[in-house]
Amino acid sequence: MARQIGEVILDLKNISLRFGGVKALTDISFNVREHEIRAIIGPNGAGKSSMLNVINGVYHPQEGEIIFRGEHRKDMNTHEAAAAGFARTFQNIALFKGMSVLDNLMTGRNLKMKSNFLQHALWWGPAKREELEHRRKVEEVVDFLEIEHIRKTPVGRLPYGLQKRVELGRALAAEPSILLLDEPMAGMNVEEKQDMCRFILDVNDQLGTTIVLIEHDMGVVMDISDRVVVLDYGKKIGDGEPDEVKNNPEVIAAYLGTQH
Amino acid sequence: MFYRETGQFKTSYAADQQIFPIRQDRIGIVLLLAFAFLALPLFASNYWFNAILIPFLIFALAALGLNILTGYAGQLSLGSAAFMAVGAYAAYNFQVRVDGMPVLLSFILAGMTAAGVGILFGLPSLRIKGFYLAVATLAAQFFIVWCLTKFPYLSNNSSSGVISVPNVEILGFKFDTPQSRYLLVLTIVSVLALLAKNMVRSTTGRAWMAVRDMDVAAEVIGIRLMRTKLLAFAVSSFYCGVAGALYAFCYLGSVEPDGFSLDLSFKILFMIIVGGVGSILGSFLGAAFILLLPIFLDIALPALSELLGLPFGSATVSHIQLMIFGALIMFFLIVEPHGLARLWQIGKEKLRLWPFPH
Repeated sequence: MARQIGEVILDLKNISLRFGGVKALTDISFNVREHEIRAIIGPNGAGKSSMLNVINGVYHPQEGEIIFRGEHRKDMNTHEAAAAGFARTFQNIALFKGMSVLDNLMTGRNLKMKSNFLQHALWWGPAKREELEHRRKVEEVVDFLEIEHIRKTPVGRLPYGLQKRVELGRALAAEPSILLLDEPMAGMNVEEKQDMCRFILDVNDQLGTTIVLIEHDMGVVMDISDRVVVLDYGKKIGDGEPDEVKNNPEVIAAYLGTQH
Repeated sequence: MFYRETGQFKTSYAADQQIFPIRQDRIGIVLLLAFAFLALPLFASNYWFNAILIPFLIFALAALGLNILTGYAGQLSLGSAAFMAVGAYAAYNFQVRVDGMPVLLSFILAGMTAAGVGILFGLPSLRIKGFYLAVATLAAQFFIVWCLTKFPYLSNNSSSGVISVPNVEILGFKFDTPQSRYLLVLTIVSVLALLAKNMVRSTTGRAWMAVRDMDVAAEVIGIRLMRTKLLAFAVSSFYCGVAGALYAFCYLGSVEPDGFSLDLSFKILFMIIVGGVGSILGSFLGAAFILLLPIFLDIALPALSELLGLPFGSATVSHIQLMIFGALIMFFLIVEPHGLARLWQIGKEKLRLWPFPH
């Protein structure tokens, strides 16, 4: 099935974010189309993670507008964002270390569970039913990411590469429409990167999930993304298809420095 | 050799998600319950019921309450004794002031009162964490004990806040023997432990642990931090409250506010630290360790010194007892910082392989 890139579903307009006197983001606009893989790149401290944090409501920008599926908002809040279908992974793994892989993934589905704590305590009716239904869904993710052998292992005991994969799993368990990945390949070796790339492409291809990712590995970014936005010092300096961005003089200057 | 799950295949998620997935565990728990419900009441003496079994169960319940809050939801609290006090005094007031109030209902209402108070003192947890939160819960500890002493209404105008509870009677049956009180406490504790286990293995418990392990990620996933933390405070205080009510009604018979001092809170905290933070079993093991070990040493040491003909006076023996107790706590914490429950788990994993190394 050929992948069809659709309409714009997420449009960020003139976003500015300040922490006291520090301007993290200045007047940034870009959009994300349905089903595409959109990369955000830039040198360290360019504001990439801040950008993701604005998108899913961890940070609230002082200026600008976020248009998601035609709905205009000044900012998002985390709960609304999660309910609207945003899921994300973090730059430094933010798994629940004391819980098993299965429990981490089940937690990813918490918004889809409606039973309350009294029903849980009695393990009665909806609580039990939900637990089984969602387990089935979670097992699909486990299958997809090929982590069957570690399902019951506490996450804290897993090696780094697998933890990254479980974190992706936790995000996928929520069946998101937009997946935000903050450096999914940081610190991985080549094989692990290849695996991760394959999973990202499969998610995009088979599940149709829109993906916004931050990544430093330029080879990966240029290979898998449809469009790239480049940030430097909190400003947008480039936006377009990988080839376009690659030849943008400003982008080259930001990465390699200019000749004075 | 005897403890392994080889050959026990799970063919449905329901079978895989039961409380005790391993058959030997199921047999073990049935045997344990049968022993506690059937064998012990036949053989144990009144001393055992009054001085060992009943307090052990009550403190295990309080430790379980604190473990829900601290072990599962990650909110440190030093107010457990105060929540027990709320439970004890609330149950007393419901009994004294409402005619014909069933005892069990007054226990539940006492738990709910404690839950309400717990939510109130849990509010700071929305802003502060860790040691700072522990200090904030100290406020609960001092404030509640002060209230109970200060307002005579709460103790039905008795002098200095001492309350003497009426006898426990359910449906005409009087719980006036130690044996019957033991069975009552055992039933309540078993049911509440089962409910706690169910909570921690479902969405509620996962939300608590998520907040404990990584609150930012939990929030991003859509877990509401405020609701989750306050629910943990409420459920935890409910358990402590019921434990407090049992403490007054089934153990001491009469209590005073100063009995629920900071010392008691620390004792409960030590129980979960020694027993295992974030483990239901650990609450029981910890309570057993902290309560039973001193009693055991009390009996064993004088006997031992007499047997060996050592020239120690009784004062020296009691000093030695404290030293051994402290040393054992340190020993267990060094051997396994995650507590006795973890030690038990490691033992089980070793047993799966025994007697073959691989």
